[in-house]
Amino acid sequence: MNWLPDIFRRRKIYGDLAEEMRLHLEERTEQLISEGMSRKEAEQAARRAFGNSTLLEERSREVWQMPFVESLGTDLKLVFRRLAKSPGFAATVILTLAIGIGANTAVFSVLNSVLFKPLPYPDPEQLVAVHLTAPGAAGLADFSSGLRLSPSMYFTFAEHNRTFQSMGVWIAGIANVTGLAQPHEVHTALITDGVLQTLSVPPYLGRWLLPSDQNPHGAKAVMLGYGYWQRRFGGDRSVIGRSMAIDSQPREIVGVMPQGFRLVNADFDVIAPLAFDRNKQILAGFGFQGIGRLKPGVPITQANADVARMLPIWMDSWSNGPGIDSHFYEKTWRITPALLPLKEEVIGNIGNVLWLVMGTIGVVMLIACTNVANLLLVRADARRQDLAIRAALGARRGRIAWELLLESLSLGVVGGVLGVGIADESLRLLAAIGPANLPRLSEISLDARSIAFTFALSLLSSLLFGAIPALRYAGTTAALGGAGRTASASRERQRGRDLLVVAQVAMALVLLVSAMLMIRTFQALRNVEPGFTQAEHLQTMRTSIPASLVADPRLVTRIQNNIADKLAAIPGVTSVGFASAMPMEGIESNWDGIYFEGKSMTEVAPLRLFKYVAPGFFRTAGTRLIAGRELTWTDIYGLRPVGIISENLARESWGTPSAALGQRFREFPDMPFHEVVGVVQDVRENGVQEKAPAIVYWPSMTEGIYGPHSFDAARTVTFVLRTDRAGTEGLLSEMQQAVWAVNASLPLASVRTMQEIYSQSLARTSFTLVMLGIAGAMASVLGIIGIYGVISYAVSQRTREIGIRLALGEQKGRLKWMFIRSGLVLTGTGVAIGLAAASGLTRLMKSLLFGVSPLDPFTYVSVLIVLAVSAVLASYLPARRAAAVNPVEALRAE
Amino acid sequence: MTKPTARDLFPGALEMMILESLRRQPAHGYALVQHIQQRSNNLLQVEEGSLYPALQRLLKASLVKARWGVSSTNRRVRTYQITAFGLRHLEQEISSFERMFEGIALVLKPGESTAT
Repeated sequence: MNWLPDIFRRRKIYGDLAEEMRLHLEERTEQLISEGMSRKEAEQAARRAFGNSTLLEERSREVWQMPFVESLGTDLKLVFRRLAKSPGFAATVILTLAIGIGANTAVFSVLNSVLFKPLPYPDPEQLVAVHLTAPGAAGLADFSSGLRLSPSMYFTFAEHNRTFQSMGVWIAGIANVTGLAQPHEVHTALITDGVLQTLSVPPYLGRWLLPSDQNPHGAKAVMLGYGYWQRRFGGDRSVIGRSMAIDSQPREIVGVMPQGFRLVNADFDVIAPLAFDRNKQILAGFGFQGIGRLKPGVPITQANADVARMLPIWMDSWSNGPGIDSHFYEKTWRITPALLPLKEEVIGNIGNVLWLVMGTIGVVMLIACTNVANLLLVRADARRQDLAIRAALGARRGRIAWELLLESLSLGVVGGVLGVGIADESLRLLAAIGPANLPRLSEISLDARSIAFTFALSLLSSLLFGAIPALRYAGTTAALGGAGRTASASRERQRGRDLLVVAQVAMALVLLVSAMLMIRTFQALRNVEPGFTQAEHLQTMRTSIPASLVADPRLVTRIQNNIADKLAAIPGVTSVGFASAMPMEGIESNWDGIYFEGKSMTEVAPLRLFKYVAPGFFRTAGTRLIAGRELTWTDIYGLRPVGIISENLARESWGTPSAALGQRFREFPDMPFHEVVGVVQDVRENGVQEKAPAIVYWPSMTEGIYGPHSFDAARTVTFVLRTDRAGTEGLLSEMQQAVWAVNASLPLASVRTMQEIYSQSLARTSFTLVMLGIAGAMASVLGIIGIYGVISYAVSQRTREIGIRLALGEQKGRLKWMFIRSGLVLTGTGVAIGLAAASGLTRLMKSLLFGVSPLDPFTYVSVLIVLAVSAVLASYLPARRAAAVNPVEALRAE
Repeated sequence: MTKPTARDLFPGALEMMILESLRRQPAHGYALVQHIQQRSNNLLQVEEGSLYPALQRLLKASLVKARWGVSSTNRRVRTYQITAFGLRHLEQEISSFERMFEGIALVLKPGESTAT
């Protein structure tokens, strides 16, 4: 590369060249004079023979230049000089583009980080979630993620597989830590051997949990998450080997996992071994999530076949008890493997929402581009004369088009650069807000791919909005004639802007319809009875009494009863209850087969969700009692075999709620039957958009409930308080005192109002709604500005014509109507196109809708009315101006 | 107006003729034009100025070098001289040009080519 010294040498080269050419002409002239010409004639003849010296000098110089780069530099200088002369225009366009590109880049970065980037584990393509489906298991339809694995399945799969490098099962949970300052609750990940091997992320400090840690009778080990280690231990490296009490059981800290490590989609504070006791396992107990690392090159289909091969081995190796046919899992439940790439498991169903948001933001960008195109058209129109003169002087069509396009490209690139800044800020904001249901949040960043996207988007959009004026005005030679006067707008010129407005209206309609559908969905969700009332007046709080702290279940119940009494005594609290979990709380549900007396016992009982409740829980939560009564403390302390079921379960089994009273049910063949003493309203346990599952409520302390001959109480429970003071600082401290007055080593966790839990369950819908709402609002404002702009431009262009019309006696009303009508024609065309597009596109968002059809007539009609009214308004304002034109002044202005 | 005999030179032709002229003796721009016009019996109507872009290309490619000096008629002139590299380049160009010319000539005389 020798272009750099060239630049410095050039001045001399150009000087030499010019001198040489001058001397050439001189020599030729003198030659001609000596042949007898006059000096004047000779000079002319010499110049003729030489050719166009300026052009030739230019050509000669170009030999030493990189012509593209240099002429680009000159052109750019011109572009920026011209933009600087109309700062209002430049600022509007650049700001519009920066916001549009910034929003698109931000959303793309989220999409890229969540959906496209590989998981942060080595060789992530080998990782799978070991999922099973069981289409024949009644009640399973309520499961969102198929059938999980049982411990016996884990043992079978881990020992007999041929396609996995490693596999294991895990479950997320909650535990109490005592002995470190205040007692507190931690998020746990309980894992078997094989889980850490599968994820293959080495520990930050110390070591992994080893197979020896999985011995149910051996020493107890635990690993810490990086965040918890930093928070609770200040990042002290000497924690390895220290002991901490988890659920009152001393455990030795053996390692710390590195920063950013997540177990599939779970953030955890501690990882502890599951330590299954192999001798106590039965077939059932499908509560665990399985993950595995496939051998290199093994496809998922092959792994599915491998798991299918192992299922019979599993059914033959284990049993649910004597006399029970193990193979009903095959015959009735029809368990089939359905392994998923682990990434799909992590991402979940957020993909839909993200694509929708991306699409929406993309459409807004398109609308912004059409607006910019419109501005550029007006600007190019104003330069028509200038361009026409240049064309007449011999500027090539391509040359003028290139100049117009270069202006657009410069605007696009400047907008893009600012857009990256905006995107960066938005992502920072997003991380700060931290929407709980957005997976892989910590991985979201602006990477090279996002930057490339921004760049491509800037160029593409500038080409899009720049091409229109460039194509239109590149060849304007004819415009020279009447361009100087305010003649009526030519049809052709107006048509370009009309098209843009039609496109804007169509796109705005699609976005408005989508936004309106989300509003309708939100309304429908709000109208669903969730199974509790006045969520803003419900305060919840979790606490847990581990067996190692208080062994006797009666004492546990007594403590819980005392806490409830103390809480109820707080001023302003009207009632208190507790249960194993509040609805929508996101606590792992318990499921098992529930047998009803008198129903067939040979079949496997359908799976039902079950919870444990204490007296007063339903009254406090506002869950209506349909028939019978709530539980009483006498039921609980007396270990009476009673229970409550949900209305849908009662109807399904016995037809009416009252018919269910007195019927009996049980979980295990050798536990006593429990009598239905109450039927309560259905509760939307998994969020309002999910069907209310059939639920069985056991008393919080029961015999035989945790397996045959066991006797225990629900040890981790959520208390719920009905009070106007819910969510206040004062209530919180009084609650803390109340709990600690009973037992000072109990932690308070998840202190939230029911309203927060409820909103959280609506988070996906409200997030989508807000995004679509913003996009729809932006789109319709841009669209309406578009209509207004086009009509008022038409008015200003036609002032002379209006003047003549008025002078000839045209009525003002008719004149106004003429302009309003052209606005309405544009809107109507846009609406027609938009309706067709919306009816197709909204089908794509079906999975996000609830209780409303994608073709909901109310939505379409209301959007139509809104658009029509705004269009009339947008065209009325300029039309009124047209009617106010003074004919004398309009004509004199020429 | 274009004269019926006037024909654009093919790219590189002017450069080749300049190099050939300079191979005989170093010359300045004006002398080169004179030389080419005389040698071609004025058949080639070359704009005199078009020599200069061609000379700049040759300079850039180091096929010629230039030096300011004074001519025999006592004029200040910039004299061009072919370089060793330019000589080699010229030989290659001429042989490839001759092959091309031969080919064109064969095609333009169809009768003879079928007779042989």
